Amino acid sequence: MVEIARALVCRDLRLALRRRADVATALLFFVIVASLFPLGVGAEPNLLRSIAPGVIWVAALLASILSLARLFADDFADGTLEQMLLGAAPLGVVVAAKAAAHWLVCGLPLVLLAPLLALQYDLPGPLAGMLALSLALGTPVLSLIGAIGAALTLGLRGGGVLLSLLVLPLYVPVLVLGAGSVEMASAGLGGQGQLLLLAALLVVAAAAAPWAIAAALRISSE
Amino acid sequence: MLKATALHCKRGGRLLFQDLNLSIQGQDLIRVSGANGSGKTSLLRILCGLLTPDAGEVRWKGTAIGALREEYTRELVYLGHAPAVKDDLTAAENLNYASVVSGLGVSRERIPFALEKFGVSGDSLIKKLSQGQRRRAALARLTLSGSVPLWLLDEPFAALDATAAGLVEELIRAHAAGGGAVVFTTHQDTQVAATRTVELHG
Repeated sequence: MVEIARALVCRDLRLALRRRADVATALLFFVIVASLFPLGVGAEPNLLRSIAPGVIWVAALLASILSLARLFADDFADGTLEQMLLGAAPLGVVVAAKAAAHWLVCGLPLVLLAPLLALQYDLPGPLAGMLALSLALGTPVLSLIGAIGAALTLGLRGGGVLLSLLVLPLYVPVLVLGAGSVEMASAGLGGQGQLLLLAALLVVAAAAAPWAIAAALRISSE
Repeated sequence: MLKATALHCKRGGRLLFQDLNLSIQGQDLIRVSGANGSGKTSLLRILCGLLTPDAGEVRWKGTAIGALREEYTRELVYLGHAPAVKDDLTAAENLNYASVVSGLGVSRERIPFALEKFGVSGDSLIKKLSQGQRRRAALARLTLSGSVPLWLLDEPFAALDATAAGLVEELIRAHAAGGGAVVFTTHQDTQVAATRTVELHG
């Protein structure tokens, strides 16, 4: 079972490596959206500093949605998804591996890029670290929740838009807690509370989401 | 091994078959025939558990397959219309991942041999191959699946030339002779002498 999960993660990483353009699109989108705000809002350091966490978090949400539409669609189209449904591992394990690979390819780079983007907003070092930490806890939740939506909208025409409508409202708690933690820290109030809540969300999502994704996949692959 | 009782299947409001009973034992070679749209693929998908029948049930060694889930699916090979190979992986990588996911646990050394038997080079990218070669790369999995008791093959001879079709026929016969069961659909004339034919009228 562990071997199957590892093989699936390796497979998806290898595929991402061979189709770098797909990955780069979502990452460039994140970088560009986050860079447009300082250009549009103007060089007002206090304003930039106060909007930085919210803007970078929203850009991360949108970038994650962008890459989610293809999470199961490619495997569905070429028939490999059927083989996963008929595999030797429980479907929950298979989809958890898919979500993990999605995070490694599309979530982790956001975490690493965020402190760099924070420079444009003149965010002080410790706060940029806090931002990266909140993204590190929050983006796996985005991958897991988003995978439920991707599984439900599989094979539907216009599934991409429907996916955003389904998933974005569910992202709200993650956004509020993630951006809130940095704002709290900048106000000198710590922000550990929000980070702990984000960690709790991650634990709940990691435990419950795979079974929801598996159930959704079984319905939409019929 | 496998017993399907009183299967009903409706797709898109049309009744495909009703009260279909099927019992599959070792050494059975069952051919499912019927016109396009008569429900051959639906029947195979019901038998492997990808599709839930509108009524009736499928039991594997006495237990409903819905309750067994992966304990049942590891006992079968299903090859559908789509070849289930990734364009951006090589034939060997595809076969390796397919065998790991299906729990075959074959050693890596056997993979190039399996592909060679079907005349596909292991390190060729699937997207560079023709339709028939893709099918060959997918069907090479059968050479590794001798230990899996139930084979469900949907149009295994489609897009294959005579040599490759002959190889698949040989594998199917060998599997049944070794105590396995094969259920297949085909439109082509085949040398495989089916022990039974299920005729669907749609």
